[in-house]
Amino acid sequence: MNIAVCVKQIPDPAVPGKLDADHTLDRSGDPILDESDSYGVEMALQLADKAGGGDVVLVSMAPEGATKGIRTALAMGAARAVLVTDDALAGSDSLSTAKVIARAVERAGDVELLLTATESSDGYTGTIPGQVAELLGWPSLTFAKHVEIGDGKVTIQRQTENGYDVVEASLPAVVSVTAGVVEPRYPSFKGIMAAKNKPVDTVTVADLGLDAGQVGWAGARQQITAVTAAPERQAGEKIEDDGETYQRIVEFLENLKVV
Amino acid sequence: MAISKIWVFAEADGDKPATSTLELLTKAREAGGTLEAVYVGADADALAATLGEYGATTVYAVDPGSALPGPVGAAALASLIGEHAPDAVLFAQSYDGRDALARLSVKLDRPVLTNGVDLRVDGDKLVIGTAIFGGNTLVDTEFEGEAPFLAAIRPKSFPAEPGGGAAASVVNVPAVDAGRGGEAMVLERHVEEREGPKLEEAEVVVSGGRGIGSAEAYGPLVDQLAKLLKGASGASRAIVDAGWVPYSKQVGQTGKVVKPKVYIALGISGATQHMVGMKGSDNIIAVNKDAEAPIFGIADLGVVGDVHKVVPALIEALKAL
Repeated sequence: MNIAVCVKQIPDPAVPGKLDADHTLDRSGDPILDESDSYGVEMALQLADKAGGGDVVLVSMAPEGATKGIRTALAMGAARAVLVTDDALAGSDSLSTAKVIARAVERAGDVELLLTATESSDGYTGTIPGQVAELLGWPSLTFAKHVEIGDGKVTIQRQTENGYDVVEASLPAVVSVTAGVVEPRYPSFKGIMAAKNKPVDTVTVADLGLDAGQVGWAGARQQITAVTAAPERQAGEKIEDDGETYQRIVEFLENLKVV
Repeated sequence: MAISKIWVFAEADGDKPATSTLELLTKAREAGGTLEAVYVGADADALAATLGEYGATTVYAVDPGSALPGPVGAAALASLIGEHAPDAVLFAQSYDGRDALARLSVKLDRPVLTNGVDLRVDGDKLVIGTAIFGGNTLVDTEFEGEAPFLAAIRPKSFPAEPGGGAAASVVNVPAVDAGRGGEAMVLERHVEEREGPKLEEAEVVVSGGRGIGSAEAYGPLVDQLAKLLKGASGASRAIVDAGWVPYSKQVGQTGKVVKPKVYIALGISGATQHMVGMKGSDNIIAVNKDAEAPIFGIADLGVVGDVHKVVPALIEALKAL
């Protein structure tokens, strides 16, 4: 069975973020694989392995044909990728993005399971898994901290506010995985070399049968009206521990009537 | 066309409405107009009095049985919205809230705004305020196009205050066919044993980060201190990702937002995404070996030192009080 994985390629989180003049995130650097998606890729590789075979297909939407993050995931062991890249996608909100991703998953072909993160590290809207599932007409099992497939079904442990639930549905289905659900493998040198030649099917909005008016700024139907710096929190006192500094903490807590 | 009818997607915490639901109702009351709730779960009657006290005049209730509530909620909402035409539907940024919001956005072909920390009605516009870049930049976004406007708001963005209203009338709504979306079934529920207060509600939160050194250090340093202070223990994303503690302990952008009276950060450097989750605390104490750690930029009391020396001494001193 083929397993598709959504992978987002994002500005390096180590570099402070910036907004462009139109208030969108500055994506001009070389984007890298969102760490949140490395868990999905690893989970897909493990599940495909346990199921006795099948391709892990990456699905990504990125500006200017970016592939660095895709190559990282291909180096981990994914077989191929569908990359949607199109200037018309600039300014896309989550719903537009979901429409693109859903079409790309259909294009990937013969997919029984779609894995995603619960939210991206740069946008963190957190609705794409559910939106894509609704567009595909599949059940969505979200916030999975454990995933198993067998007998045409997927069963997960779903994180809840107070613990976890066991949730099940028939395939095909969408599963969003929480960070730390598995330990992502480091790509081997062999994997990195092989990744260079793995197929990346690069497509435009039109190739997916979508209208430019449904995506990008045209499709977003929201407007940023103000961007301001938040009031900064000031630091208080800072002391080097001299072995007795714990007493200052006790004093601090006593003054607050916490002890 | 003014915003005159607001709906809140209500959730339960045991046999009471979730605090996040009460926060949303409190805020939505400010807009004036009709305020109603939609609840997907069992036993809506038990919630009606409190929902009404916080401002909802009606609660539309759908029992999902053992289906995962989010998708069932979205289908019910789409149908109810067709009938009752609310101008806005507000969700808490919760697991089920996000599931329902996402599917509803596709059913109605409406955009969503999430991670809201502020909300304003401006004539016929709904403006959602969010914080980006680790909370140092505030962005206001306005919906365009037609109602209903769909938004998710982070818990603890607003206070929860009763308005003194009468109990909400319960309108039981039969489940709407959710197609394959409704196929996900909850087979078992596991509730984690928790001593002490919930992380989001605790007056004192003690969190650990990579600087505590190992998974084994979490109990003696973080849990023990939290317990002594009758608080809850939390964690940075780094140690959750490393598998030292479960995701339910995570404080930060993709974890929980907490605003306790005292937040004690042990061995946490202060990555921006962590600070988003706790910079609203009344008082922040930080202990870290690295004098340049960003957390010291927001700590009211910063101790540059080794947590393995400072915390045990602190624990002994507290025990002796």
